[in-house]
Amino acid sequence: MATQVFKIPDSFKKDAKYTFCPGCDHGVAVRLVGECLSELGLTENTIAACAIGCSVTIYDFLNIDALEAPHGRAMAEATGIKRACPDKFVFTYQGDGDFASIGWAESMHAALRGEKISAICINNTTYGMTGGQLGPTTLVGQVTTTSPTGRNLEYYGYPIKIAEHIAMCDGTAYSARVSLDTVANIKKAKQAIKKAFEVQIKGLGLGFVEILSTCPTNWKMTPQKAHERVQNEMIKVFKPGVYKDITVEN
Amino acid sequence: MTATITDKKVLMKGNYAIANAAVLAGCQCYFGYPITPQSEIGEFMSGKMQELGRAYVSAESELAAINMTIGACSTGVKAMTSSSSCAVSLMQEGLSYATSDQLPVVLVSVMRGGPGLGNIYPSQGDYFQATRGGGNGDYKLIVLAPSTVQECADLTYKAFYLAQKYRNPTVLLADGLLGQMMEPVEFKPYPYPEIDNSQWKLSGAKGREARIIRSYAPLADNQCVYLEKLFEKYKLIEEQETQWEEIGTEDADIVLVSFGSTARNVKTATKICRQKGLKVGILRPITLFPFPTKRLKELAQSVKMFVSVEVNMGQMVQDVRLAVNGKAPVELIHKGVGVPPAPEEIVKQIEELM
Amino acid sequence: MSHIIIDKSKCKACYLCIDECPKNLIKISNDTNNLGNRVVEFQDSKNECLGCAMCATRCPDLAITEVYRG
Repeated sequence: MATQVFKIPDSFKKDAKYTFCPGCDHGVAVRLVGECLSELGLTENTIAACAIGCSVTIYDFLNIDALEAPHGRAMAEATGIKRACPDKFVFTYQGDGDFASIGWAESMHAALRGEKISAICINNTTYGMTGGQLGPTTLVGQVTTTSPTGRNLEYYGYPIKIAEHIAMCDGTAYSARVSLDTVANIKKAKQAIKKAFEVQIKGLGLGFVEILSTCPTNWKMTPQKAHERVQNEMIKVFKPGVYKDITVEN
Repeated sequence: MTATITDKKVLMKGNYAIANAAVLAGCQCYFGYPITPQSEIGEFMSGKMQELGRAYVSAESELAAINMTIGACSTGVKAMTSSSSCAVSLMQEGLSYATSDQLPVVLVSVMRGGPGLGNIYPSQGDYFQATRGGGNGDYKLIVLAPSTVQECADLTYKAFYLAQKYRNPTVLLADGLLGQMMEPVEFKPYPYPEIDNSQWKLSGAKGREARIIRSYAPLADNQCVYLEKLFEKYKLIEEQETQWEEIGTEDADIVLVSFGSTARNVKTATKICRQKGLKVGILRPITLFPFPTKRLKELAQSVKMFVSVEVNMGQMVQDVRLAVNGKAPVELIHKGVGVPPAPEEIVKQIEELM
Repeated sequence: MSHIIIDKSKCKACYLCIDECPKNLIKISNDTNNLGNRVVEFQDSKNECLGCAMCATRCPDLAITEVYRG
């Protein structure tokens, strides 16, 4: 008798079909979020604050109540939702430009206040939906539509290390960076998301996960080559790991 | 210090009256960032909301404050923010979203001088900001303009009610004079019915379809339909909620149009004119959107001249001209910023216009 | 008997699953779906599938909808 070892989580809408580009890791990240919501029994008690960019489409796939925030304001809206309804599970799903550029003040201050929310940030080193412009995480040397000869320090300065910064905030309960380049790392990513959800449920503070992700379309690479880039370039600058976990430190 | 909420008549600053009324109206969440001349609202709320076990967040910016308010309103609770002029500018993105999200955001805007940083003197320079909307796209905010501290309290109640009733952001447009002055004010219990929001609020998709509150329809055709519906709502608001005060207009040759704190001096000027035998009346819009266009149009059949009196370079005068539509001359008495012109000064200018 | 179920209508032909299968049981088929993609298919005539679910874990499009082991 065969046992089922994989299914689409029940947090997904019936017949949900992604609108992401072929090979985009967003699809994996959204599925992991959906799996964690299902496994922790949170789906029916969740209100999400969705960002602008490819990440906003999460509300088309998951069967959860959601509020679309203006660009960069998801953490502020999540704060408002959680303060109004402390018994609801509240999370944001944002891109790096949304979370760490236009919304950096909202992100940092939510962490400093120790808002009891969870935040998932996709780091794919570019603005994906707008067509591959330079973002806060674009690597030094990386060619984008607005860094045609590559990111040089003279003009553009350095990329931001999000998980490390969020970990420095005293209100953060958990901050980790994970990657989706291998199946083993996808499994680790799921554990991190679950942890970021659990610290909220326990009322410990902000739970944060930065997910290194691919954008094959704007990187102009096959999905396979895109994962190689994550391994060969991104992971060297954005080191995966748990940067803060107060459940362990205590 | 947190003042005590009272149902008695007390002497109180306009800012405290607004904050006190918001608490009595059932405001569950306050989000704000300090700015003169409205800081007393946040100061009052910080203590009172904590005392009552409600939510208060000292936001990192006005951008954050308006979006926190949007977040709280999406769950169906009454929530508000307050700010002033240059900082209300930072909230325009959020207000545009909130109209399109159809969320009952309440914003108290206590005007100071402008443009730019301006100064902290009273002003009515944000009439356009409030009634036109400084954000992108086609939308309207409901705008209520108190003229006394008592009205600051009464219209705060009304702002929460209209915001809930029409699911539209509502602005209480006061100014530094009203915010800082003390007058007797009586607090009665919140006089309006509670609006059922169970059909749209976000509460978790338990036993029902998931709800998405978003500001746009993804296809151009749908967006047209969506905007038409939004504007049908605004038409309904115009028909049902236009509010104004009128004194001495029945036989008036000249009608002075003035709102907010400026209207106080204009009322006195009207009395002086009457003593001098001049047939002068006043129309004071209490709702700036919806504007009493229809009433002005009626008056234009018999009135010989309209004069808009404002503390700005002439903003509401445009709406008066649109309403009068060439049927009579529409003049402007104004000063750019500061305390409103004295009644005698207004009378002098009226006599010059005649 | 271990096996996977593919919803071909969701396959976007990224072929990431092909690289993951330790038994090389996923191939590019001759079929196309309504997206115009040459979709993948599961071929396991010798019952080699381990039910490891690595393909489904990797699939970014929820196209591998079910995995059974045993």
